[in-house]
Amino acid sequence: MKNPLDSLWGTVISGLVLTIALYFIAQKLVVQALA
Amino acid sequence: MDYLPAIMRWLHLMAGVMWIGLLYYFNFVQVAALKAAAADNTAAGITRHVAPRALFYFRWAALVTWLAGAALLGGNFVEAFTLHANFAVIGIGAWLGTIMLFNVWVLIWPNQKKILGIKPATDEEKVKARRIAFLASRTNTMLSIPMLFFMAAGAHSAIYGF
Repeated sequence: MKNPLDSLWGTVISGLVLTIALYFIAQKLVVQALA
Repeated sequence: MDYLPAIMRWLHLMAGVMWIGLLYYFNFVQVAALKAAAADNTAAGITRHVAPRALFYFRWAALVTWLAGAALLGGNFVEAFTLHANFAVIGIGAWLGTIMLFNVWVLIWPNQKKILGIKPATDEEKVKARRIAFLASRTNTMLSIPMLFFMAAGAHSAIYGF
């Protein structure tokens, strides 16, 4: 499997996927703190 | 005193623009330019005159960005880095920025010194250094996307449900 960081588009897409994943983690942390 | 946080936020933004701007220059422009320049033997112009200057502002802007960000967090520094309650959002951004600062000073700069001939290195060491610096720089480009999201979206609390 090719490393996605070898291509610029792979890097940008990986960053966007990571943003979505971290957004849900942040949301969970906030909801837990408010509960 | 309200001036200090305002000045720190201003400094954080200015240094951050320089840091991430140069990071994007390296990844979106210089990597491709060096490949093209190597084909017609003009790469030395970039490696001798452009890259060292860009790396100077890049690494110091990274440090100033982090320090100004830490000053901005002030008394909430520990809460942010432990992802405590209301500071979880900015805390994720702060962690991403910290990992990126580590990559700049521990992986990118020491390896770039070998690549640019600032520090003596064998050809084999240079090949290895080039790969490490490249991947660390690409990792920072990837991390900059969520980092900027959490910095910018931190103020829009409604999207997190509070």
